[in-house]
Amino acid sequence: MSLSVEREATAPEAATPISGRWSSLVKELLATRRVMIGLVIILGLIAMAWIGPLLSPWEFDERDFGAFRSPPSADHWFGTGSTGRDMFHLTMVGLQKSILIGLCAALFTTVIAALVGAFAGYFLGLADRGLMWVTDLFLVLPQFLILAILYPLLRDSGWLVFVVLLACLMWMVTAKMVRGMTISLKEREYVLAARYMGVSHARIILRHILPNMSSLLIVDATINVSSAIILETALSYFGFGIQPPDVTLGSLIAEGARQALAFPWTFWFCTGLLIVLVLAVNLVGDGLRDALDPHSKSRT
Amino acid sequence: MTATSGTAAEQEQTGAGPGPDRAEPAVFEVSDLEVSFPGGRGNADVTAVRGVSYEVRRGEILGIVGESGSGKSVSSLAAIGLLPDYARVSGSIRLHGEELLGLDDRTMAKKRGRAVSMVFQDPLSGLTPVYTVGDQVAEAVQVHNPQTSREAAQKRAVELLTLVGIPDAERRRRSFPHEFSGGMRQRVMIAIAIANDPDVIICDEPTTALDVTIQAQILEVLKTAQRETGAAIVMITHDLGVVAGLVDRVQVMYAGRLVETGAVDDVYYNTRMPYTMGLLGSVPRLDQDEKTPLIPIKGNPPSLTDMPPGCPFAPRCPIAVPECDAAEPPLERVGGAGHRAACIRAGEIEANAWTARDVYPVSEIERNPVSQVPRADRETVLRVDDLAKHHPLMRGALFKRRVGTVYAVDGLTFDVREGETLALVGESGCGKSSTLMEILSLDQPQQGTVEVLGKRSGRMSNRERMQVRGDVQVVFQDPMSSLDPRMRVFEIIAEPLHTHGYSKERVRSRVLELMELVGLDRSAVTRSPAEFSGGQRQRIGIARALALEPKLLVLDEPVSALDVSIQAGVINLLEELKARLGLSYLFVAHDLSVVRHIADRVAVMYLGKIVEIGDVQSIYRRPTHPYTKALLSAIPLPDPEKERRREHVVLQGDLPNPADPPSGCRFRTRCQKFAVLSEEDRSTCREREPELRHRVEGAADQAAACHYADTEASS
Amino acid sequence: MAKFLIRRLLSYLVLIFLASSIAYLIAASTLDPRGHFEQMQPPPSDQAIEKELNKLNLNDETPLAERYATWATGVATADFGRTIKDQSVNENIARKAGVSLRLIVAGTLIGATLGVAMGAYAAVRQYGRFDRVTTVAAFFLLAVPAVVVAVILQVSAVWLNDVSGMRLLEYGGEYSPNLQAGFWGTLADRVQHAILPTLALSLSLFAAFSRYQRNMMLDVLGSDFVRTAMAKGLTRRAAMIKHALRTALIPTITYFTFTFGILIANATFTEKIFGWHGMGAWVVDSIATQDVNAVAAVTFFMAVCVMAASFLSDVLYAWLDPRVRVS
Repeated sequence: MSLSVEREATAPEAATPISGRWSSLVKELLATRRVMIGLVIILGLIAMAWIGPLLSPWEFDERDFGAFRSPPSADHWFGTGSTGRDMFHLTMVGLQKSILIGLCAALFTTVIAALVGAFAGYFLGLADRGLMWVTDLFLVLPQFLILAILYPLLRDSGWLVFVVLLACLMWMVTAKMVRGMTISLKEREYVLAARYMGVSHARIILRHILPNMSSLLIVDATINVSSAIILETALSYFGFGIQPPDVTLGSLIAEGARQALAFPWTFWFCTGLLIVLVLAVNLVGDGLRDALDPHSKSRT
Repeated sequence: MTATSGTAAEQEQTGAGPGPDRAEPAVFEVSDLEVSFPGGRGNADVTAVRGVSYEVRRGEILGIVGESGSGKSVSSLAAIGLLPDYARVSGSIRLHGEELLGLDDRTMAKKRGRAVSMVFQDPLSGLTPVYTVGDQVAEAVQVHNPQTSREAAQKRAVELLTLVGIPDAERRRRSFPHEFSGGMRQRVMIAIAIANDPDVIICDEPTTALDVTIQAQILEVLKTAQRETGAAIVMITHDLGVVAGLVDRVQVMYAGRLVETGAVDDVYYNTRMPYTMGLLGSVPRLDQDEKTPLIPIKGNPPSLTDMPPGCPFAPRCPIAVPECDAAEPPLERVGGAGHRAACIRAGEIEANAWTARDVYPVSEIERNPVSQVPRADRETVLRVDDLAKHHPLMRGALFKRRVGTVYAVDGLTFDVREGETLALVGESGCGKSSTLMEILSLDQPQQGTVEVLGKRSGRMSNRERMQVRGDVQVVFQDPMSSLDPRMRVFEIIAEPLHTHGYSKERVRSRVLELMELVGLDRSAVTRSPAEFSGGQRQRIGIARALALEPKLLVLDEPVSALDVSIQAGVINLLEELKARLGLSYLFVAHDLSVVRHIADRVAVMYLGKIVEIGDVQSIYRRPTHPYTKALLSAIPLPDPEKERRREHVVLQGDLPNPADPPSGCRFRTRCQKFAVLSEEDRSTCREREPELRHRVEGAADQAAACHYADTEASS
Repeated sequence: MAKFLIRRLLSYLVLIFLASSIAYLIAASTLDPRGHFEQMQPPPSDQAIEKELNKLNLNDETPLAERYATWATGVATADFGRTIKDQSVNENIARKAGVSLRLIVAGTLIGATLGVAMGAYAAVRQYGRFDRVTTVAAFFLLAVPAVVVAVILQVSAVWLNDVSGMRLLEYGGEYSPNLQAGFWGTLADRVQHAILPTLALSLSLFAAFSRYQRNMMLDVLGSDFVRTAMAKGLTRRAAMIKHALRTALIPTITYFTFTFGILIANATFTEKIFGWHGMGAWVVDSIATQDVNAVAAVTFFMAVCVMAASFLSDVLYAWLDPRVRVS
């Protein structure tokens, strides 16, 4: 029996890198127009949010006592607010925060959801019942209310705490979907094959189950980015969100909404940017769904 | 007029062929049909059908045969006007002389289901899940006869359901599709198809997804349907065996074109196209006494986007000559009337009377020295003793509740020796897969013992368990789902090696070595499974299973999802590997035809129990259990003459509910023998469960569980 | 079946009770009712504050467990305590729940029905003009937070009223106070007030549902059973409506349960912005006034709504999909 005898691998083959499992995926994504457009807009907004303040002649907390609520001008590109602060600078800083909150919250949410859902769906039985019961409980708790009560208590610890709270209240629906998917993936023959060759459960979940729902996870993460931004806006609107001196698009919108008719620039610039941001994120999410989901027929 | 379309003069000459009177005009005529799909995102267009012509007359059955991707299904969908809007169709499709191509949806809808109807392949997804089967049949009646009352339509639905053999149709018409088995659903599909006495019924692989016993039933139903309606039938399949005894004429398609057409006897007995020969040779045959290696057709069908200029089959053809690549050969008349083939060497084939064996070189497979040792002296690799697996039967997805117990496996005893193949055969639902999973789980079974390589399941230390995992590997049925689509082939084959702690360099060299062993290109390791065809994927699955040099390979229907021509290649590979590596196989299959070529011993399972077990010679030469006989009888032969003369044992109905097995002998409810027994003898079957005993003198290794086993030698 | 329903209802009750308890405990330990009284003008005496806090079971010097026990005992007898203004919470619920439910039910019905219908039609006419327009509209709407939708609607109502010189649309309150206009006049007034909030709520719902239904419909369009339906003689349109849409509705039911939480949050914003005195506006106010009992009561109400929606969708699911019924 010669098979067990080690053979020398031939040189040229040994040299070729055997990897690149994501490369085709990336190619596929870049070929989807919506994803490209969305990504370009998001990158543009990111660049604007971080570079913009550097270009602005005004400082973040500087007040122009000569111009309260003045309309957009060469001096104040987005006009000024009621205390004479430069709206452009404020909006850019708010945009920074909103983008950060959206991205981080989505990341946390998806990680929590993937782990909870995959473990519940894979092991089923008691673990599943326990985890799903907790999920249901979280679903029943009004997230808005809990956040509104809890966050003021923790506001001194900074915006990251807010992000974690946000994630803790957003993961349930994704977790349920992940669970459902895991249950069906777990019966796939490649998972059985891995199990019968002795691969450990944790490794099966991480290497076979989660990667095979990466499309669901990626798409969901994008949706969560926009959900987080939108939820933050709502909370800030009622004064329960990020507190001064921090600003977000939400807190700016809250302030601007009160004077939307009289001083439209305090409302429309931040609102417009928020809509563009969420729209771009949604575009990416929708394009990703089509590109990643082999069943999707909405592809041309 | 091109050579592909039949001229009137030629049709005159085909009068000698079997079938109904040829003078009658064709009911349904397709000529020069071309279908192409625009390729998206800068890809080239896909031309799925290239100039297909055929016509059928009343009461005639035409078979269209080809591998997956040969364009046979697309051409039938085109015929009934159900291709997506973006498909480009040209040529002509005429029903009673009236052109159908280009009709708008409303006009076409009036023809569909009334003049032309269709039976699709997959009965699982073919019926709307939210309506009762009765309503769906009644809908077919009402849509063409709007004045029919609801009651009348329902009444007609019950008649139709009865006609296609659904027992107790009056009650069962209220069932939903998910409450029906695959075979029953296919009957419903046929009922829908014949609801309005159509002139033509197009059947697109109507039996492919079904067990062979059910396949035999469905073929009978189709014959009944044809008798009742007098319709012409176009029967599309990839298996030349299925249609041998059924059709009058055959057309073989390859790469979107007809490559051989003619009366059924001509095509089967005087084959002129090497492709047809390959298709015929790849069907496992039970009518030959000695088992001969199957003929695989190497390679894959060409991509339909950029066709080479020459004969599309040339790259796979064993007798291709340089001239084959010059131009696509036209479909020309060869031999008998109406018999035409598209091969430039057809004349040579005729002159030398070449058969498949002459055209396709077959290598004899050497035998492993282990197989010379008497069975009793060989090491036992797997021993299963009185194994049982019962699981609760739940109903409803939302309102779940337990409604009974499924006796999936109920007291199985068998063993597998070194270098031996045991085949476990039975219809779907008989518990064969559950048996495999019980063995592979290495957990303590609910009842009985499983001993793998001398170690008892459930009593192993973690280290022993891991070692056994390495020695027992599995190959699954579905090449689509058995490989992780997100991984590269290299990672897939390397996974067991990594898991069992191989070093990086060893993994690399071993993977490349395995690729070669299963007949794949080494450089293909960087590709993803989606880029391979079904047969190739199955080879990757085999390579993965062999990675750790196992002693026992568990094969769960490894070829049943493959086309016949590809199936033969995989079976030959398995046989070769077994001989070269001294492997033992536990091979699960749902029919007896495939197994004959690879098994040393066969165990036939019915409802969780073994009903007959023995060495392959005895089982095939002299089956003693009525169920084994029925299984053998259900396998169609790729031989029209024999098939027409054969008396089939067609089992009645489906497998009984495993949650409520019949008392006594579990097979009695469908048993052809039971049916002819006297009332007195029957009571034994009803009351006593037969034991598995040796029944035949001289066949030491054959045992059957039947009170009235056939012990006399039969043909 | 009955046993199953009882079990399901019991688990609902436990979840609702737990959710309210958690909300109570969080609110009781973080909100500051004492501060609320201390800020009053004129500031009451310490004894008066102490007395008031004890009466309302809001005293932060009473151990949390004891306060919780008092509250829970009350809840067990269907008494949610008193608000910080010493009104009965129960009476407040009775008054406000109707307002919220009207808004939620009307918004859901309009938004979901229109969304499903337009999404399905867009899918059938994929890439047609209708599909493009609804897709763009849905995309845009999904990107606008409900708060902003409400504010924009309000701003445009003001603008419209200014331009037309009439009060065409009302954007504050549920009805005009002190209106004497008979039955029809009152009804018209109510409708006039209800248009904008209902629209605000249903717009985002419409966007979400039309996208979802379109995707579900596209998944079903290519299925074998639609092909079978057409093969038996149905026209494409008939097969779409009778077979595809009917089947594609099933996953939408599940989607409804998932989005219901967001819907309730949106209702909160809408009520607050349009000055409706419903449960949603109440919760915002009660957090601002440190009203622990009211917070717990609103949580209870919302939990009941979520559970009712989930139960309703279970029932709908079973009704639409024979595969999940117990035969």
